[in-house]
Amino acid sequence: MSGKKRKVVVLPCSGIGKTLGTVGREIAYELIEDLRPGVTTTTCLPLLMIEDPDAKKLVTDNPVITIDGCPFGCARKSAESIGVTVSKGYRAIDFCRVHKDLKPEGISELNEAGKKLVVLAAKEVAEEVDRLLAEEKS
Amino acid sequence: MDIKVLKVGIVSCSGEALPEGTVSRVACRKVLDELRPGQTVTICLPLFIAGGKEEREFANKFPTVTVDGCEKMCAAKSTERLSGKPARSLMIRDILKKHDIAGLKQCRGLGPAEKIASDAVAEEVAKAVDEVLE
Repeated sequence: MSGKKRKVVVLPCSGIGKTLGTVGREIAYELIEDLRPGVTTTTCLPLLMIEDPDAKKLVTDNPVITIDGCPFGCARKSAESIGVTVSKGYRAIDFCRVHKDLKPEGISELNEAGKKLVVLAAKEVAEEVDRLLAEEKS
Repeated sequence: MDIKVLKVGIVSCSGEALPEGTVSRVACRKVLDELRPGQTVTICLPLFIAGGKEEREFANKFPTVTVDGCEKMCAAKSTERLSGKPARSLMIRDILKKHDIAGLKQCRGLGPAEKIASDAVAEEVAKAVDEVLE
């Protein structure tokens, strides 16, 4: 055992064609910068597909959460295609279904409803982060 | 016979871990929505890589402009491997050097430096689109 403290890697799809790609990306930043700084991190998703050794090592050595913006599930598929078992896969659409009153719009920048949705969704994902980190300790 | 190219596919780096990734996304959206609407379509890089049939077919048939945030050039390399050599391949750090823009810091949203950078990158991408369509 290396003794190195592990972090939870949050991989959003970041799809540029749809609002929900931005929602996933913003949830990741909300976690990494505000809700669970220091214990969460991310890497560039496309790096996994060009076999970047550092990115590959990061997702191989740490638990991974994916957040996808559309049914194609690219973030999850990208991680799984290099042999990573995803600890938990989220779909941004499911957060919209729970919070029907918050309709996200915008791709470069989310509207106010989208920003509120991100915070609520990130709180839910943060609980999963805590669960995964607790598992690590036990 | 000359065949006129009508549309160009834009393949943007998503770069979650670096400010240039956010600049790339915002700049490419500006080209798609404001600067060259109708002449450009987005090719979602994660979908393209994960096996999106339509994305790959489009990139096979139409010219592409790739926009990368760093020297690892994920968008350009993936496009070349999966569909063919991009018509133009841009790297944001080269564009920033050319325009003497420095100090990019944040990944989330745009600060003043990131806004200036995204506007400059959008102009360069639009120029590349025009060259391809000529």
